[in-house]
Formats: sequence, structure tokens, C-alpha cells
Amino acid sequence: MDVLTEAFRWLNDPLNWQGPDGVIALAIAHVEVSVLAVLLAAAVALPIGLWLGHRGRGGVAGVVVANTTRALPTLALLTLLAASGLFGNTATVLACAVFAVPPLLSGAVVGLGEVDADVRDAARGVGMAGSRVLWSVELPLAVPQLAAGIRTGAVQVLATVPLAALVGGRSLGSIVVEGFGTQRYGQVLAGGLLVAALCLVAEGLLAIVQRVVTPPGLRALGRDGLPRAGRRSPWSRRRHVAAESPADAETVHA
Amino acid sequence: MLIAVLADAPPNPWFSWQYVTRNADDIRQALEQHVSLTLEAIAIAFVVALPLGALAHLRPRLAGPFLGTAGVLYTIPSLALFAVLAPYTGIGRTTVLIGLVAYALLVLVRNVLVGLQGVDPAVRDAARGMGYGRARLLFGVELPQAVPTIVAGVRLATVTTVALVTVGVVVGYGGLGQLMFRGFRSDYHAEIMTATVLCLVLALVLDLTIAAIGRGLTPWTRGTRGTRPV
Repeated sequence: MDVLTEAFRWLNDPLNWQGPDGVIALAIAHVEVSVLAVLLAAAVALPIGLWLGHRGRGGVAGVVVANTTRALPTLALLTLLAASGLFGNTATVLACAVFAVPPLLSGAVVGLGEVDADVRDAARGVGMAGSRVLWSVELPLAVPQLAAGIRTGAVQVLATVPLAALVGGRSLGSIVVEGFGTQRYGQVLAGGLLVAALCLVAEGLLAIVQRVVTPPGLRALGRDGLPRAGRRSPWSRRRHVAAESPADAETVHA
Repeated sequence: MLIAVLADAPPNPWFSWQYVTRNADDIRQALEQHVSLTLEAIAIAFVVALPLGALAHLRPRLAGPFLGTAGVLYTIPSLALFAVLAPYTGIGRTTVLIGLVAYALLVLVRNVLVGLQGVDPAVRDAARGMGYGRARLLFGVELPQAVPTIVAGVRLATVTTVALVTVGVVVGYGGLGQLMFRGFRSDYHAEIMTATVLCLVLALVLDLTIAAIGRGLTPWTRGTRGTRPV
């Protein structure tokens, strides 16, 4: 029997889509947990990031934090939380929030840090106080970077949530884990495709949102908020590829 | 020695040396699996990424599609990738290895390309002026200049891979992840914590080792920074 056919048969079975453990319900649970995790991470990371960026420091600390969380396996954090008595979705939200903090933090710090010093000077020169400089000058200029950070963090959380199925969290990952448990590989494949599709769709949607929230004056800037001019070589113009500092690279969801 | 955090009777401490000594064989086996998977994945990914990155560098038209594909693949969660691979490559080592190589490859190709493109144009010009051909320019000048960026990529890929191996638990081949999951199943705190700590230590050791190798490969970056040897 062909696994692919089996997967499509699974996906075509309406019974797999309805009910409390159907694809629809699981997808909603998946998105809910992800949104909670991103909100929690944003509540922690954005104020700190904005403050650090406003004061013009914290770049190094951000990289250190990002690298440490990279080495810590999600599975470790999930099992640690689950074993401490936090089962299911609470553990998932907490664990995913931890991994969403670095991109949000570095988005805020880098975004504010890259605001032109002359612009900041001018704002001070026309008599703006520190907090007003932050809210009406630095923050709008940092929107592309902030949005990029939130997008990276959100997609990462969506990709991490499925792992929580291993410790009892409900999400689209449950389909995969259950399939492995019962050795139905058609279901495993179907679940894998659903999870991948969710992440790709979310990535696409958030890219559009990022474009929309960027002030028109800044739209000429690239995805990473860097001006298109002044790059090192002609062919990197198409896409900015700054991977030298680990904090810039996106994360795999381990 | 037993550092016990007593919660309930029977004690279920997070750190227990007794656990380590009693299960030394188990732990060693999981650690060996973890290390061999990581090193093998990085080695394969490196061997594949170097020519791919160089190709994208020599044929700039390919760079966009290469990086675009890499970005899309990178968005796919590891669990989903293992789930898609497992029905075809079976349960076990092959599936995990393919997944690990795929993710490491994306990081490495990007860094090889960035490293090669980041070479100072003046250096490239000088080499051309001295009569270097394209191949000699690549191997004699650009590649050595790109070593720091490539090493940074290998470090990043290695640390990520160490963490990623644990996800292999879904196909029953997750190295230290096996211990974590078993510890979770049987509510054995020490087993989870030991595996977690070993994971972090392994990532740190490999990271520092590769950094040291990178420093050894680029003696010219050491010493006085301002005055480069001419």
C-alpha cells in the first residue's frame, strides 16, 4: 500500500476533520497556543528590547541569549516543564514563549539601534523629550525590524508547538505523534503536511502583514529593514543575506 | 552524593549522581548516538554545502533561487519533516540523519555564499590584476578569506543540530532525547535533567572546538588587528 495514497485518503475523510480531535479543532488549538505564546513573549521582550534599544545597548546581551536558547532543545524544556507538573498547554505556551523571546528582543534592539543618529539628534533639537523621541520617532522608524522579529518569532512558535504533542499538548502535532504511536504512516504523512502547510501559510500571511504595517516611507527598505543601496555586491541586492552574526539567522525548531 | 529536592516521598531529585553511575552505560550509548549523528550530519552537510555555495557565488543567478528555496525549507518544522520522511526512509537513523543534514545544509550554504561575497573587492581586484584565473581566485583568495564566515556557519549549524537531534525521538532515534522522553514517561526527574545538561555541555564543547579549529585555520586574523601582513 502506498503511503501517499493513504495520506490523501486520511485527509479526504471528513471524520478526521470534525469533532473535538479533528483537524479543524486541533488547528484552532494550535493557533491559540501559538498566539498566547507570542503575546507572552512580546509582553516580556518588547519593553526590555525597546528600553535597551533606546539606551543604545544590549546588542551583545541579545546575541548571548539567542545562542543559549539555540543550544537548549525544545524537547528538554518541554519535558522539564511537564515533569515539574505543568502539563499540556500551559507548559507549551511557556516553553514556546521562551523560544520566541530572542527574535522579538533582537528585532526591537536592532530596530531602534539602526535609527539614524542624525534623525534622533534632530528630534532632540526640536525639543522632544526622551520618551517622545522613542514613541514618535524611533518606534515608527523601527517598525520594519520589529515586524520582522515578530514574524520570525511567530513562525518559530507555530513550528515548535507540534513538538508539545509529545508531552500531551493538543495541536496539529498530535496527529503526527498519534500516527507514529499507532504506526499509521499515512496519518503521519498527512499530519506532517498539515503542520508544514500551516507554517508556510502563516509565514506568507505575516509577510503581507509586515508590508502593510510598514509606514509607506519605509517601504523602499528591504525585508530586514536595510536600505537596498549600499550592499556589498550587486547580486546580493535581491535578498539581504546577513548570516554572519548568529542572532540574524532564523532558528530551526529543535 | 545526592542533592535532593524533596517534593514527595519517594524522592525524585532533579540532580542525582546515583542515577548517572547506575545508568552509565545507557547514558554513554545515548551520548554516542547523539555525537555520531551530529558529527555525521555536519560533515555531510559541509561537503555538500561548499560546492553549492561556491556554485551560487560563481553563478549569481542561482543565488536568489537557492536562498529562496532554503528559506522555505527552513520554515518547515522538524517534526513535520521527520513525519514526511519517515514513511519513506523508515524508522531510525536514516530519517533523522536526512532531516539533520537538510537543516544544517541551509545554514551552511547561506554562510558559504555570504562569506564568498563578502570578500573585499579590492582584494579580488588585486588578485585579478596579478593574473589569477577564476578557479585560482576562488581557491587561493576568496575561499581562505571566507573561512571566518564559514566557520561561524558551521558553529551555528552544529549547535542547532545538537538541539535538533532530540526531535529524532519521534522515530525512536533521538540520542539524548530518548533519555529525556523516557524520563518524562516514567516521571524520572534526574534522567531528564542529566540529558538536558549533557545536551548543553555537548553543544558548548563542539562550539568551542570548532571555534578553535577556525582560529587555527586563519592565523592571519590573530595578533595585531590594525596592521595586516602585506
